[in-house]
Amino acid sequence: MKALMFGWEFPPHILGGLGTACYGLTRGMSLQQDMDITFVMPRPMGDEDQSFLRMIGANSVPVPGRGCIEFSGRYPDNLVEEIGNYEQVAAVLARQEQFDIIHSHDWLTYPAGATAKHISGKPLVIHVHATDFDRSRGHVNPTVYAIERRGMDEADHIICVSNLTRQTVIEKYGQHPNKVSTVHNAVEPLADADTYVKHPRKDKLVTFLGRITMQKGPEYFVEAAARVLKRTQGVRFVMAGSGDKMAETIDLVARRGIADRFHFPGFMRGRQVQELLADSDVYVMPSVSEPFGISPLEAMQVGCPSIISYQSGCAEILHHAIKTDYWDIDAMADAIYAIVKYPAMYKSLSELGRQEVNNIRWEDAGKKVRTIYDNVLKQN
Amino acid sequence: MKRICYCFMMHIPNRLRRYRFFEIGSNHYYYDDMQTEEQVTRMVQQSYLPLGQTLTDMIRLSKGKFHCAIAISGTTLDLMEQYAPEMIDVLKQLADTNCVEFVAMPYSYSIASEYNESEFTEQLKKQKEKINELFSQSSTTLWNTELFYSDDISLLAWKLGYKTIMTEGAKHILSWKSPNYLYLSAVQPKQRVLLRNMTLSDNLTFHFSDSRWPDYPMDAEKYIHALTQLPDTEELINIWMGAETFGIWQHAETGIFEFLKALPYYALEQGMTFVTPSEAAKQLTGGERVSVPETISWAGESKDLSVFTGNDLQQEALQKLYAVVERVHLCKDRRIKENWLLLQDINHMHYMNHIDQGSTSYESAYDAFINYMNILADFLQLVNEQYPDTIENEELNSLLKTINNQEKEIVSLKQEIDKLRKKKK
Repeated sequence: MKALMFGWEFPPHILGGLGTACYGLTRGMSLQQDMDITFVMPRPMGDEDQSFLRMIGANSVPVPGRGCIEFSGRYPDNLVEEIGNYEQVAAVLARQEQFDIIHSHDWLTYPAGATAKHISGKPLVIHVHATDFDRSRGHVNPTVYAIERRGMDEADHIICVSNLTRQTVIEKYGQHPNKVSTVHNAVEPLADADTYVKHPRKDKLVTFLGRITMQKGPEYFVEAAARVLKRTQGVRFVMAGSGDKMAETIDLVARRGIADRFHFPGFMRGRQVQELLADSDVYVMPSVSEPFGISPLEAMQVGCPSIISYQSGCAEILHHAIKTDYWDIDAMADAIYAIVKYPAMYKSLSELGRQEVNNIRWEDAGKKVRTIYDNVLKQN
Repeated sequence: MKRICYCFMMHIPNRLRRYRFFEIGSNHYYYDDMQTEEQVTRMVQQSYLPLGQTLTDMIRLSKGKFHCAIAISGTTLDLMEQYAPEMIDVLKQLADTNCVEFVAMPYSYSIASEYNESEFTEQLKKQKEKINELFSQSSTTLWNTELFYSDDISLLAWKLGYKTIMTEGAKHILSWKSPNYLYLSAVQPKQRVLLRNMTLSDNLTFHFSDSRWPDYPMDAEKYIHALTQLPDTEELINIWMGAETFGIWQHAETGIFEFLKALPYYALEQGMTFVTPSEAAKQLTGGERVSVPETISWAGESKDLSVFTGNDLQQEALQKLYAVVERVHLCKDRRIKENWLLLQDINHMHYMNHIDQGSTSYESAYDAFINYMNILADFLQLVNEQYPDTIENEELNSLLKTINNQEKEIVSLKQEIDKLRKKKK
C-alpha cells in the first residue's frame, strides 16, 4: 500500500499540533510491513527524521513554466497564494509518483489533495485536525470555510481527530455521516520521562500552557484561580505561552487582585515544556473548542494531573483526568482545590493517568487509518 | 430434608448534593433531598412494595409455611418513614405474621466493623432499637454491611450477642466445599455462619430474563426441581439478594413476582421447608468450621473489601472520616450525630471506585471524591469547633469527665458545708 500524503509541517520545526500529529501517525503506520508513505510538505529543513518515510519538499519540485517555487512553510499573510502554489506542485507529483491513495492533512493541503485526485484518479482521504469553527469560536472566515468545504466534498473519506470534530464536519459542513470517521490522536512515548522530576516546594503550582487566545479559554482559568485563592493560600498559577489575548488576560488578573500569585513566563519549547509540566501539581486546559488537544496527554506522561474541558476531543478517550465544562469555573476551581488539597487525588491522577496515556499508541491509530484505506479502495 | 432460606436486603443511600469547596464553613446542609426522595419513591413503588405484597401473599397461601428474612438498614427505615410510610405499614404487616425475621445490620450501612469497634457497636445498638420499636423484634442474627465477615468480625459479633452471622459463600474461602451447610466460626465455634449460595442467588438477579442463559426461561417448578437434584446431605440453601432484584433488575413484566409467588407451592410439594436465618441456625447442628482471616464480602469479582477500600481515594476518605470517631462519640449535637451516620454509608466509597461505581450519579470516581471530601471538610470543621483537634483525645476525655462529675462534686461539697455549719452551731 502506497500513500501520498500532503502535510504542512513536520517536527522538529513545528508551529502547532499538526506537525506532531503527522509525525506520530506516519510513524505508527510505518510499523505496518507493507505500508509506504511519501510525505510532501512545503519546505523541509533537512533535519526531519526520514527513517520511516520518504519526504518530498514542494520547493524542490520543478513546475513546468515556473521552475521551483519558493515556500515559507509557515502561515504567512499570503497564505491563500501559497496554498495555490502547493496545489500546482501536487499536480506535478500526481503525474510523477506511484501511489494507491492520497491523504491530506488539514485545510491547507485539501486543494493539493483534490487536484492530485483529479489527475491520478486515485481516492482521496482528508484528515481534519481542526476546523475554522474551532479556531474562531463560530465566526468563520468565508475563504477558509470555502476551502475546507470543497476539500470535504471532494474527499472519498474524512478522518476526524475526535467525535466532537466529526459532529462539526457533519453538521456545519453538510457531510454524510457514513463518509466521516473518528480516529483519535495518540501520543509519542516519552523516552526520557523519568528524567523529569517534581521539585519539592512550599507552594502548589497550577499551570496553563498554550496559546493565550480566545479558543483556549484563558479567562476561565483566571476566574477559577480567583475562586481558589479566595479559599486557600499557598497556590501559584502559571500561564505559559503568548497570544492575542495576553494583555487582556493580564488585565483580568490585575482586576481580580491576584497578580501576586500569577506568573507569565512566555512561550516555552522543547524540554522546558515537560520540565514545567512535571513540576506542576495541576495542568488545566479550559479550551472552548479543541478538536483533540494533545497537551493534557503530554502532561500526564510526566505525571501531572490534568483538568480538561468537555469541549476538548481528548476528553473522549481520557478517564484519569478531571473533566468540566469550559464555562463551569466552579467545577474547575473545585477540582483544582481538591488536587492541591488531597494527596490521594494527586497520587491517583498522576499514577493512573500516566498508565493510561502510555497505552494510547499511534500504532493503534495507524491501524484504524489503514482499515479506512482498505475500505475506500474496495469501494472504488 | 432441605431448607430454603430467603433473605431480601433493602438499603437506599442518602444522595449528597453538589457541594463546592467555597461552601465549606458556611453551609452545613449536605443532601440532595429531591434526588433521594425520587430514589426512594422509585425503589418502593417498583420493587419493595410489590415484593412486600408478594411475600404477604406467599405467607397467606402457604398458611404460614413460607418463612424468610429481611435485612433493612436504619437509615432506609428513616427515609421510608419520611417519603414512603406505606412501606413501613407493609413491613409491619409482614412482621406480624411471625414468618419474617428482621435481621440485625449496621444502622447506616457502614464499614464500621473494619474501622472502629465502638462505632460498629453503636450502630448495631441503634439499629436494634429501631427494629424493636417498629417491628417488636430483636434478632441475634447479623447481616453486616455488604456481608462483610472475617474471624475478627466473628469474635466481635459474638461479644455483642450475635449468635449467627450471614456472609458470602465466597469461592476463595470455600474452595471445593459447598455453601449449602451450616458452618461454624473458626475462632468462636459456638457462632454459626450462614453462607450465601452465590450461583442460585445471582442467577435470579442477573439472568432471570436473559435469553442467552442456558436455563432460560426459568419457572418455579424447574427452579425447585434443580434444588432437589442437590446431594441429600446439603440441607440448607441460602438465597439472598438485594430486594431490587424484584422489579428493578428484573422488571415486573419478566414475571419475576409470579415466579417468586409460585415457589412455596412447588417446594412444599417436594417436602422442602422455608426457614429464617435464626431458625436455620437453631434447627441445624453444623459441622465444619470456616476460617476467614481476611474480610470477605459479596461485592465485586474478588468478594473482598477492594470495591470500597481498594484505591487511594477511598482510603484517604475513610481514614479522614474515622479519625474523628472518638470526638463524634463525645458530641451531643443532634445534627453532628445524624450527619456522622449518613456520611458513613458505604455507597459514598463505592462511587469513588474507578471501575465499578455502583448506582452513582457522579461523572467519575474523582468527581465523587471531590464532592464527598468537601462535605467531609465542613463536617470535620463542625466537630472540631466542639472539640478542637489541638487537644489530645485522652486529655479531652479527662476534661469531659471533670465537667460531667462537676455536679456530683458540687452536691458533695454542699453537703460538707452543711455539715460544717451544723458543727459550728
